[in-house]
Amino acid sequence: MDSIRTFFSEYGALLAEKTWEHLYISFAALALGVIVAVPLGILLVRLPKIAGLVMGIAGIVQTFPSLAILAFFIPLLGIGKVPAIVALFLYSMLPILRNTYIGVKNVDPTLLEASRGMGMTTFQRTTRVELPLAVPVIMAGIRMSAVYLIGWATLASFIGGGGLGDFIFDGLNLFRPDLIIGGAVPVTLLAILLDLLLGKLEKAATPIGIRLERGEA
Amino acid sequence: MLVFDNVSKVYPGGKRAVDHLQLEIEEGEFVCLIGPSGCGKTTTMKMINRLVRPSEGKILLNGENLLDKNVVELRRSIGYVIQQIGLFPHMTIRDNIALVPRLKGISAEERNRRAEELLELVNMPKEFLDRYPHELSGGQQQRIGVLRALASDPPLILMDEPFGALDPITRDSLQAEFKNLQQSLGKTIIFVTHDMDEALKLADKIVIMRAGKIVQVGSPDEILRNPADEFVEDFIGKERLAQARQQLQTVGQIMNPNPVSVGMGETLSQAVKLMRKRRVDSLLVTDGAGVFRGWVTVETIERHKNWDAAVADIMETDVPTVRADTLLRDATRNILVRGLKYVPVVDDRKHLAGILTRTSLVDVLYDSVWGDTEDESSGMADGEGA
Ligand SMILES: Nc1ncnc2c1ncn2[C@@H]1O[C@H](COP(=O)(O)OP(=O)(O)OP(=O)(O)O)[C@@H](O)[C@H]1O
Ligand SMILES: [Mg+2]
Repeated sequence: MDSIRTFFSEYGALLAEKTWEHLYISFAALALGVIVAVPLGILLVRLPKIAGLVMGIAGIVQTFPSLAILAFFIPLLGIGKVPAIVALFLYSMLPILRNTYIGVKNVDPTLLEASRGMGMTTFQRTTRVELPLAVPVIMAGIRMSAVYLIGWATLASFIGGGGLGDFIFDGLNLFRPDLIIGGAVPVTLLAILLDLLLGKLEKAATPIGIRLERGEA
Repeated sequence: MLVFDNVSKVYPGGKRAVDHLQLEIEEGEFVCLIGPSGCGKTTTMKMINRLVRPSEGKILLNGENLLDKNVVELRRSIGYVIQQIGLFPHMTIRDNIALVPRLKGISAEERNRRAEELLELVNMPKEFLDRYPHELSGGQQQRIGVLRALASDPPLILMDEPFGALDPITRDSLQAEFKNLQQSLGKTIIFVTHDMDEALKLADKIVIMRAGKIVQVGSPDEILRNPADEFVEDFIGKERLAQARQQLQTVGQIMNPNPVSVGMGETLSQAVKLMRKRRVDSLLVTDGAGVFRGWVTVETIERHKNWDAAVADIMETDVPTVRADTLLRDATRNILVRGLKYVPVVDDRKHLAGILTRTSLVDVLYDSVWGDTEDESSGMADGEGA
């Protein structure tokens, strides 16, 4: 108990700073991921011919070791937060892209026919029918992505991006288990917390009518 | 209002779903498209709101080629009810009903008023407006699906088997409800069904299709009376046809087409001779052109005594007649209530066409009351059809 107190008195300020950095990197990557992957997912539903190809490529990128990707960006973007965010963004895309694609693609075709037959434009059909109905699936993808990102963001430290990874890598280099634990525990807690929060958000974002249909409201 | 001019649809892969369709639909008409599965009903309908593009020919709406119109505006001006109902589960009933008005930029108040007004039409309370489709029964959902098509007051409404998924009782009441609605609102309806009873009940005009082609177009009565071919007969069903034949029998079909008649200028002695010869107690009188003028009975001649007088001088002219194309069911009551033994039958130009006797009428009544064997009754209708 004492050791925890001394750890906080010594590293508290730094811990807060690194946690903030960690969240910053993760959310920046996540935000980029949402901004790119959701529209791309919708677009892919409209382009069935290339959808398979793009989803395949995204799947392959996902299998690259994270460290390799981070290292890959050093010559292109140097070191620091920006390459870290870009690399993590690439990772975050796949779950969001896949879920958006599946969510939109699985919207009941009779509803699409109804919306076309009633005179919705393609844009209206997307924003008023497909997206609201796909929201639960898309949100699940975002949530999955966010939880992964919190973990992956520890690697940002490796290329000078900062974050809680700094504690862990320092601890590893200096043989200081307290630093390793001091970094790893907050990462885990953040991941759990975020999962809970986004779970709530996922529910809130699901249209009431859909929740009723599933017997959840 | 709507004209199909030699329209065909060939789907990719070569399936000819609609084959040289020629059809004209009048304003305010309730048209039922009917035929076996896969005959092209849905395809025909979807070409009207351009969900399917015709491969050949053109479709004119109020004289204008559909393909020249803005597709989004066109669809907003045509009501559309799909078979699977297709209410949006994430929208309230209010938003579902008022969807097209919303797309058209109508204000929220106006939309709300409209949704309430429509709900009233089908006797559903206002409380339903804030519910979601999932909270409604199938029949209620189907009603909302129909209301949604009415929301922006379109002159033309397309309905693809809208009552298909309902139990018979709900379907019956919804059909009646809807027919009233259509008549009071004066809409043109194109209604796809594969249920002949439904078509007979609702349609002004039935279009029977087979393999992409029209087999017959006509009012329910016309189709029941004169099925174009065996396919149509089978489709209507023997039982229904026999029943309908009785219902739709005309006076002309059961009258005696060879009444004993005499010219106006003939003398009474000639008339009596004719009566004796044909063993009748009265004669129908016609003029030179064959127009029915009255009758003479053996009693009046007896009273008169002047055998050289002309028939025209003593005939009774105030005689009830019936037209040959009157439906039997309409003529029967009149004749039986008045206690007439027989009624002269005339055509549309008052020419004498035959005579309807109380005896033949009673025969038919027996058949329908006691349900005589169908073969006999339809045989008679065929045999005496004019
Ligand atoms: N998109 C399509 N591509 C290829 N063929 C099609 C397509 N849609 C329909 N068809 C074919 O065209 C024919 C007519 O189909 P349509 O849906 O118009 O029939 P229908 O009369 O409405 O039948 P049902 O009573 O079963 O609804 C069928 O043989 C069907 O298989
Ligand atoms: Mg169909």
